[in-house]
Amino acid sequence: MTNLIYLDNNATTKVDEKVLDAMLPYFKDEYANPSSMYDFARGSSNALKEARGKMKDFFNAQNEKEILFTSCGSESANTAIRGVLNMNKNKKHIITTKVEHPCVLNLCQTLQKQGYRVDYIGVNSNGELDLEELKNAVCDDTAIVAIMHANNETGVLFPIEKIVDIVKTKNPHTKVFVDAVQTAGKVPIDVQAMNVDLLGISGHKFHAPKGVGALYVNSKTLITPLIVGGHQERGLRAGTENVPYIAGLAKAAELAVDNLNYEVHEVKRLRDKLESSILKTVFNARLNTGVANRVPNTTNIGFEYIEGELILLHLSDIGICASSGSACTSGSLEPSHVLRAMNVPFTSIHGSIRFSLSKFTTEKEIDYVIEKLPGIIDKITMLSPYQDELNALRKLKA
Amino acid sequence: MWDYSEKVMDHYRNPRNVGKLDNADAIGEAGSLACGDSLKIYLKIENGIVTDAKFQTFGCGSAVASSSILTEMIIGKPVSEVRKITNKDIADELGGLPPEKMHCSVMGYEALEDALKNYKEDGYVDMDEIFGEEKKPEKIVCQCFGVTENLIWDAIKQNGLKTVEEITNYTKAAGACGKCKGLIQDIIDTYYHKEKEEKKLEKTLSPAQKILKINSIIENKISPELQKDGGDITLVDIDGDRVLVKLQGKCSGCKNSTLTIKSFVQSTLRETVDENIEVIEV
Repeated sequence: MTNLIYLDNNATTKVDEKVLDAMLPYFKDEYANPSSMYDFARGSSNALKEARGKMKDFFNAQNEKEILFTSCGSESANTAIRGVLNMNKNKKHIITTKVEHPCVLNLCQTLQKQGYRVDYIGVNSNGELDLEELKNAVCDDTAIVAIMHANNETGVLFPIEKIVDIVKTKNPHTKVFVDAVQTAGKVPIDVQAMNVDLLGISGHKFHAPKGVGALYVNSKTLITPLIVGGHQERGLRAGTENVPYIAGLAKAAELAVDNLNYEVHEVKRLRDKLESSILKTVFNARLNTGVANRVPNTTNIGFEYIEGELILLHLSDIGICASSGSACTSGSLEPSHVLRAMNVPFTSIHGSIRFSLSKFTTEKEIDYVIEKLPGIIDKITMLSPYQDELNALRKLKA
Repeated sequence: MWDYSEKVMDHYRNPRNVGKLDNADAIGEAGSLACGDSLKIYLKIENGIVTDAKFQTFGCGSAVASSSILTEMIIGKPVSEVRKITNKDIADELGGLPPEKMHCSVMGYEALEDALKNYKEDGYVDMDEIFGEEKKPEKIVCQCFGVTENLIWDAIKQNGLKTVEEITNYTKAAGACGKCKGLIQDIIDTYYHKEKEEKKLEKTLSPAQKILKINSIIENKISPELQKDGGDITLVDIDGDRVLVKLQGKCSGCKNSTLTIKSFVQSTLRETVDENIEVIEV
């Protein structure tokens, strides 16, 4: 096997060594249940308290009571949306977007079957949200607006402050939940500046392990628990706290804040280098997001008249990991709902590839991809039945 | 992560017979750019034998592998034999495909069928052309992927498919909006109902045929066995499902005669003629 070049950090990330070190004591030594009464439980109980404090700082929340630990981003979203709806039984309207993560989209579809009305706000061809459509959708009956901070496939950022302003101006009682799974660790998160009511994150997207997440719930926002049982998390999330993972999440959050500057400048520089080089050297490459404002680590490029899975398989053969919105990779037979909502042309939607970098990505790795990718695209392009169209495109580009 | 066989991986890494054939004798197409995969196959045919084949594919690893191996399977074969190739043959040749990827092998079959539909070998007679009959448009079942009823029917027949999900894996039908799931279920039901009726028809014998068959089995199968033990049997009468027989020789009066009648004579007749037959000794 050749050296691994991991450019799929929006799918999951490598656990940081420092995060792992922060977790280990709570497996080996401090394994007490933090709810226990004896002295031995002080270590784990303190770890939990400390982690909550760190997450408060990470979100810039007002106090620790606003932090809820969960098992993942999907649990955070489900807790937020169902929790708010249960507290506002008389309101039957939900607003979300056409490009949300399945954990929000599929939940909304389930709720629709249970009698809720859902508006799915569209995006333009760059993947930017239609704010006018959003404004028109908010009504007296709107219980919650569930919206992502950045899209997982394209990296396009949504202007949360503006969105909250639009929503609250029309209906101050409507709650806003932000899915920040793709922005945690990539851009600053400030729940007070954003003025959001709820915000969810997932640890494994920023170098904590899989299986831990967090939900910020504003102290003025009431929710019901999704998991009912013991008194943990002030009765809002039953189940013995996953202390080692929570400690890991807090450590990752702390490291992410320290690393933000590097992320915004250096990771962005490498992403831009990769992107501009591909667009320059590959004649049938097309940037799917145009000029949209994005997180620093993501690029989504469509290759016309060829298919994405085949590109991924060839990349994989030389150790490069990326992902595709093509139908063939998901097993769903349809290309990604995000790219479809953006009306990405059908000539390139099936050949769309996402590269997502991290702080561990090196310049050498990016240079290797830049060196190898054009040859792979060329090889696959030779197979295509659309040679006439490709030749026309080649001329146009030259 | 798909579980691709070594052969599939070999064929998408090193596809055979890629490209276009100038002066091809038959060209077939399947799939479309909008649907996410398409295939064009070119055949050179001389004296009824496929002497060369090339392909161009827009699609995933298994689509390229299916097209590539298909060209290898047909080069050097007579057209009459090539016409018999099914999607299952393509998938088998590749050492199997993941269930969700079976539609790639179906695309290969479709393109091949399309090529040969357009090709007329010596002695080929197009009845429609002779009678000037207008070709009926094929009924589209799945609007999203443009899947016809005929293709679904073929997929059921060639692969023994039984569920809507399997149909989706093999043909893509109902893989997007899912509105045609009911229609597909109807096609599956119709197919198996028809198959059952055909089998039933085969099984149902007229009263005269039944009598002849019972008589023949007693004479040729049962009697020789009993003769080996020094006994014999004769048919006395048939009354509906009741078959009256008489045991002879050593069998007559044998203390095991009931066992002979029930476990040998009756079970043989039930197996071969009708499961409701009752044999009675008179």
